[in-house]
Order: sequence, then structure tokens, then C-alpha cells
Amino acid sequence: MERKKPVLMQGNEAVARGAVDAGINFFAGYPITPSTEITEFMSRELPRRGGVFLQMEDEIASIAAIIGASLAGAKSMTATSGPGISLMAEGIGYAKMIEQPCVVVNVMRGGPSTGLPTQPSQADIQQARWCNHGDAPAIALYPSSVLECYELTIRAVNLAEKYRTCVMVLSDAMLGHMREPVNLPDLEHVNIIERIKPTIPPEWYKHYPDNAKYRAPLASFGDGYRFHVTGLAHDDLGFPTTRPDEVDRMMKRLKNKISQNIEDLVQVELFGDESARIAIFAAGITARAAKAAIEIAHQHGKKLLLVRPLTIWPFPDEAVHTYLSDKKMIIVPELNQGQLSIEIKRILGKSKKTRKIVEVHKVTGELITPEEILKAMKEDN
Amino acid sequence: MKKIPQKEIHKYLRHNKKFPHVWCPGCSDGIVLGATIRAIAEIGWEKDDCAMVSGIGCSSRMPVYVDFNTAHTLHGRAIAYATGIKMAKPSLNVCVVTGDGDASAIGGNHLIHACRRNINLTVICINNHIYGMTGGQYSPTTPHDAIATTMPYGNIDNVFDLCKLTIGAGATFVARTTAYHATEMQSIIKAGFEHNGFSFIEVMCACPVIYGKLNKQGDAPQMMRDLRDSYVPLITYEKLNADEKQGQFPRGIFKNEVAPEYSERYAALVESLQSVKGEGDE
Repeated sequence: MERKKPVLMQGNEAVARGAVDAGINFFAGYPITPSTEITEFMSRELPRRGGVFLQMEDEIASIAAIIGASLAGAKSMTATSGPGISLMAEGIGYAKMIEQPCVVVNVMRGGPSTGLPTQPSQADIQQARWCNHGDAPAIALYPSSVLECYELTIRAVNLAEKYRTCVMVLSDAMLGHMREPVNLPDLEHVNIIERIKPTIPPEWYKHYPDNAKYRAPLASFGDGYRFHVTGLAHDDLGFPTTRPDEVDRMMKRLKNKISQNIEDLVQVELFGDESARIAIFAAGITARAAKAAIEIAHQHGKKLLLVRPLTIWPFPDEAVHTYLSDKKMIIVPELNQGQLSIEIKRILGKSKKTRKIVEVHKVTGELITPEEILKAMKEDN
Repeated sequence: MKKIPQKEIHKYLRHNKKFPHVWCPGCSDGIVLGATIRAIAEIGWEKDDCAMVSGIGCSSRMPVYVDFNTAHTLHGRAIAYATGIKMAKPSLNVCVVTGDGDASAIGGNHLIHACRRNINLTVICINNHIYGMTGGQYSPTTPHDAIATTMPYGNIDNVFDLCKLTIGAGATFVARTTAYHATEMQSIIKAGFEHNGFSFIEVMCACPVIYGKLNKQGDAPQMMRDLRDSYVPLITYEKLNADEKQGQFPRGIFKNEVAPEYSERYAALVESLQSVKGEGDE
């Protein structure tokens, strides 16, 4: 298949293409602005490819259907926006609890509540971490270009399969609706991680084996391995338990499979000059403004560094330490009232060096401009 | 109805770590479990080909005991999970076990939409008129004037007739039976399993420990006798005059229609599109 020619593509479309290229063969969703194009793309594309598309009665049913489909062996995904994530929260927690791979896309819009449905926001960054009740970690990726929408969706599908959990892709109304020319890679160059199937006899099969790398084979319904899943605390066979040792083992596994694989999970991009004394920490759509600000500053002989997390959760603590702890000033522009900066303060707060963290917030549905970032730098310098 | 010996039932139960069960003495849930297994044994389905999905509640603890592909999911959402399972693997025989609160209060939306789709799921709704697991709050099927811990002065809410609800929503197989009529239940569940489309089977049950105590219904045998006397065959019920119908309810198969099934419709759509080029292939 020749795909050498650049194609003009929307962020939402790139997410959907990434999904099908990563092997997503089951999508259930519910219409919501600004994510609907993903759902519409899937409704056209999946039936043609022999996959399943369902428009469910609400977001709760959508997350339920994709987890059910995943149990039956499908690679599954849904896409929504903030209000939909709020409704899916319980289901996301269930997927994490039963360790069933699935991908949820959140094309962020202004909130709280119905907010600004057609306008971009980054107000769900902490929601991506904490949306479900209970103590479970999260994996969330946040692209900042149309091509990255494609690439990180593939990565999200891979990580979901690898770590047997629900992985979130964050996007926003601007990124989702913005068009850029992109060169999609040839499919043979796309790295796809497939689910590991058990090969042992069914009577030896444990649905939740303890395993140092936390990569465990996963049987599907109908494979001949008749297992049980429950949202209750469970033992390694999946059966409910209240035995403290078994509950402890389960909770530790949920935590450790993320916390012991940080290197594999966390991706950060550096842009600009590492020796600069002033740095910007920005993600997603706002990182584009940060890059532009750095280019403007360079033209004026001023050095700046951008640290951009592609993985928002688990948070890139180490990169923040490594690249930001010696800076005189760190500018954190974001389309919310301090959801990334609270993490920066958490990480750098422990170090004794004096430095200034300059927060640039915007929650009006507009984007932060490069000039606003530069202005914040000058005013506080 | 074929008689399935007790020994045969044991083949379908899990033997590692699962018993004793969580149900109270006198609970009807075990009778429904027995009838469900007997129906499956009678049809002869392989255990590997069966999936049992439930939500939250007393009845929803059933899947852990059976040796099928089983999922104990979220409160009210079992039908939505089952929809995903069925569409991803249509060869599975997917059964949902739910209760009155799970199916018709928190899960009411999923219930009516699954009816509308006519997807081939068999929903067994164990109706005990109360939220048993949380200790006796009123549900959409708690009778008028009945006592519940959250209706201490008697229930002023109107009651859902779940069979009428599902018939109205488009289910193609709708039936009601009781825990007393265990052999009839087995036949009805079997017919529901064999029906190609959405099947809703309401099983009226006794909850002597919670509902029975709150409402002075007597002990478990008395509640079973009440089930026997209150639920009459549909033909008998239809012949009763308005006065005689007081306190009586019909049971039996209310609807059994052939209509296009959702997963088959979807498969036909996929088939018809196989010659169309994929969007990513330009």
C-alpha cells in the first residue's frame, strides 16, 4: 500500500486512522462534540474491514461494550469528551480493575459541565489521572500534532495490550479539528503489539499471574480458558476475595505494573536549548505555542528550552527533575487553572534551589499565544 | 422438559474455592441457577461456548459459581457489557443474570435499548421486589404500600411491569415465571436460550430474609406458596374478571416473535461491504 503522498488530515481523523492501523476492530461510542468525527470515521471504516461499530445509548454503555468486546478478544476503543469521560469513569476503573485492554480518547473541551463544547481546553489532565474512584494508576498520552494523533493512538493501543489496562489518549477541540498535511508511515513500519495468548492447559491458567515484568498472557471468552472477572477485589484466578494478602497482591500488581515500567511508558520531547536558564513545560496544543515562542526568542538571541510530555500519566517526574531543576524560571502555560503546574511544584518543591514557576492560564476557550508566553517570561524576569 | 439429574448439574459448577454461596437461607436465586444450568444441559451447549454476565446485586453473584466464561460487571451495566461480548464473538451464547433494581432502575436504559436492537442475549431478571444486597431499599418493582428501608411508611411509587416494558421496547421473547414453578422455569429459560433475538425472562422470587421480614410475608415456604397462588398461567389469567384479577398476575410466554437479530444484521452489513475499498487505502 503506497502512502507516500502527504494527506491533509484532521486530528480526529488521524486518531481514528491510528486506531484502525493499530488493529482496533471494535468501537462503541456516543455522539459528543468535539470528538464525533472519530466515531463517524469508525462507523464508515470498521464495517468495511469486518470490525464492529456500535453507537450505544450513552457513554456508560459505550465503555461497557468495549470492555465486553475486549473480554471476547477484540481490540477495542471509544472516543468522547469531558462529559462523556465523567460518565465512563466507573467503567474505566472497572477495566483497570479487571486488567482488560481498551483505549479511551478524550477530545478535551471547556468545562466544567457542558462548558464550551466547541472550544479547546486542557482541563481534563487531572481527570485523566483520577477519574475513577479507588486507588489505581493511569496511562494517558497527549499528542500535539495531527501526525502525533496518529502515532500516539497506535502507541495507546499497544500499551493497553501490553499492560492489560485502559489507556487514555488526550486531545482537544483545536487539535481534533485542525488539519495538517501528514505522511503516514507504511503499515509494515508500524509497530503493533498483539495480545499474548496463553498456551498452557486451561487447568493451569491463572488470569492474574504474578510475573516480574507484569506482561501476562490473556485469554479471551470462548478460547477454552473459562475464567471469571469481577470488579470485586479478587485473587489470581479472578475470584472475589477479602483475604488481606490476596487483596494486597492485587493492589500492588495494579500499581507496580505501571510504576516499575516508567521508562517504557514515559516519553518526553525536548525542544530548544538545553543550556537555557528559562524553560517552558507545556503539553498538547499549548506546546505548539511554546515552540513558536522559543523560535521568536531565538531570533532575539534569547535561549529557551521546552520540555513537552507526550506521556502525561504516569507523569514524567524524572524528566522534570533532570531538565528543569536547574532552571532559573519555568513557565507552565496551560488551558486550565494549574493542572500541570501543580505537578511541577510537587516534583520541584522538594529541591532547595530557588526558582520561579510562572503559570500562564487560559480557560476562555481561546489558545495561549506565543506572545503571551514571552510576555509572562518578561514580566516575571 | 427433560429431567437433568443433580450429578449433571455439578459438571457446570466451579469446584475451586467458590462455595458456600452468598445467598441467604430461603433465597430463590439458587433455584434459578439450577434451572438455568438444567436448561443449558438440556440444550447441550459446551461450557466454552457460554458466557454469563451480571451486574451488581444478589442475583448478580451467580456467574462466579458457574464454569462458563463469566463476568461480574458494574451495577446496571451487564446488558451493555454483554452487547460488547456478543458483537465481538457472536458464536458465544450470552446470558445476562440481573435483578429488578439492576435491570430496571440503574440499568433501565440499557435494557430498553437492547430490546430495541433485538440482539441475541437472554436476560434472566430475578425479581424479588427489593434491593436485597444493600439491605432492603425499594426498587421499581416494589409493590404499592410495601415497606422498604427507604419507604418506611409504605411505597408510594408506581410499579414497573417489566414484561410490558420489554414488550413495548421491542424484545422478541418475553416471559414470566416464578421460583416455585421450577420445571416450568427450566422450559422457559430453555426457550429463551433457543430464541434467536432478545429474550427477557422475569423470574418472580422470594426474598424471605429481607423483603419477607420487612413485609411480614412469612417464612420461605410461605413465600413460595404465595408465588404458587399469585401467579397463574396466562390463559387462566385472561379468563378472570376484573375482581378476580386483584392480587393475581399472569405467567408464561407473553411474546415469542421471529424478527431480524442484531448481530446477524450486522454480519450481513459487513458481508455486503466486503467489495468496498477501505478509507485508509487510497
